[in-house]
Amino acid sequence: MADPTFLDSTELVLNMGPQHPSTHGVLRVILKLDGEKVLGTECVIGYLHRGVEKIGENRTYQMFAPYVDRTDYVASVSNGLGYCLAVEKLLNVEAPPRAQAVRVILTELNRISSHLVWLGTHCLDIGAITPLFYTFREREMIMDIYEKYCGARLTTHAFRIGGLQYELYEGFEQECRDLCDWFLPRVDEYEQLLTGNRILVARMTNVGVLTAEDCKAYGVTGPMLRAAGVPWDLRKAQPYSGYEQYEFEIPTGKNGDTYDRYLVRMEEMRQSVRIIRQAADRIPDGPIMAKVPKVIKPPVGEVYVSIEAPKGELGYLIVSDGSTQPYRVRIRPPSFINLQSLDKMARGALVADIVAIIGTIDIVLGEVDR
Amino acid sequence: MRKLLRRIFLVDLVEGLLVTFRYQHPKYITTEQYPAERPKVAERYRGAPRLNNNPETGETLCIACNLCALACPETLIVVGSERNEQTRRKELTTFTYDTSRCMFCGLCEDACPVDALELTQDFELASYSREGAIWDREMLEDGPRPTKYKY
Repeated sequence: MADPTFLDSTELVLNMGPQHPSTHGVLRVILKLDGEKVLGTECVIGYLHRGVEKIGENRTYQMFAPYVDRTDYVASVSNGLGYCLAVEKLLNVEAPPRAQAVRVILTELNRISSHLVWLGTHCLDIGAITPLFYTFREREMIMDIYEKYCGARLTTHAFRIGGLQYELYEGFEQECRDLCDWFLPRVDEYEQLLTGNRILVARMTNVGVLTAEDCKAYGVTGPMLRAAGVPWDLRKAQPYSGYEQYEFEIPTGKNGDTYDRYLVRMEEMRQSVRIIRQAADRIPDGPIMAKVPKVIKPPVGEVYVSIEAPKGELGYLIVSDGSTQPYRVRIRPPSFINLQSLDKMARGALVADIVAIIGTIDIVLGEVDR
Repeated sequence: MRKLLRRIFLVDLVEGLLVTFRYQHPKYITTEQYPAERPKVAERYRGAPRLNNNPETGETLCIACNLCALACPETLIVVGSERNEQTRRKELTTFTYDTSRCMFCGLCEDACPVDALELTQDFELASYSREGAIWDREMLEDGPRPTKYKY
């Protein structure tokens, strides 16, 4: 092997994060660079590890519900729904229709607010600062509905095992409808700002391409899988909480690049509005809580329930040993699994594309580390 | 041709800027001037805890049943009680609530059978010391004390 000369480029190992603003939390990525080209990446996670799964083993079923909100704190309502559905399946009860309709509305609002956070921060990473302010303005309205309904804005603890704790407040349906009416033109506005923008298009197209085969191999779900052209949505594939009653479409992309994922998420927000409108029009009357004993002691067994969270398939595996506390709670977080595809997407990309690729996965580190 | 003209005249950028400039009007201001202008939180807001007294007699509503302490996921509530020999009933002596560990999930409030413990709309919980975050019965019964700011 010849001695290296000054003409050879040397490989550079660069640490990105954990305090980097574009890693969306405390993700640390070790980049191996050749000039501006990325040769490989390695994710170092665990900076936000709180041992949520272990906490679950030391809490009763009701007590653990507020903790799951704190895994994916941007989409806490979806987390709560997944957990409640899992325990309900373990207990073999079903939430009453009224509770189910309200759950659908709140989780779809949550999908919108999660996508709004993604849109604002993702565009901020790429260089468009303006959308962040607009998206957070709309998110604030959704937060206000949460605050009025259950008393908290971010980590809501809105659902209880067996249904809902709180009855709807006066004018909830109307507020949801007003929000939908206000929100749809705003999505068009974001599109006007971003979709045609040549800087954004140039930074997104053919960046972080993940084909359908790659997605399946990595277990990637959610908008990333749909952007690769696979119309897989758990709301359609295995409907839960009464999703089969609502009409909506699954937006899909073609190339599976960052731009397609952007378009898919934008369209998903519109579809969520469609679901909210349908659900708000026909919230059935009736009880909001199923018959659930005060002390939850599920029979011995094991359940896995997965729902379509804003970021992908969110699953809860709960093993019960017949006592008041779960024997094991395993959370299948979409962000964690989707993050594994980072290396595949980043190889051969440029350094500047890394932030776009991390942004497009839409990770929340609270969920990655748990 | 149209595409070329759009490119030359930077139509995509102008379209985006139009949206930005549309929001320059002062009526679109959404910033709240926080201490001067206090946000009105919702009725169900879960904030600072309060131990309610009977408004007529001034006696505490709490029956020292300890259900809130049992419901709390963080076990941050400690209820001290004493059995009254004459009435044979439990009476509340001390009540501590560690707000530094509280995550305001509302489970204690739901568990309370007599509506004695309540999470109020007060959201200003900061204190200068860690000890200040642990509230005793007196503080809990006083209720929210909104911070006064001088300008």
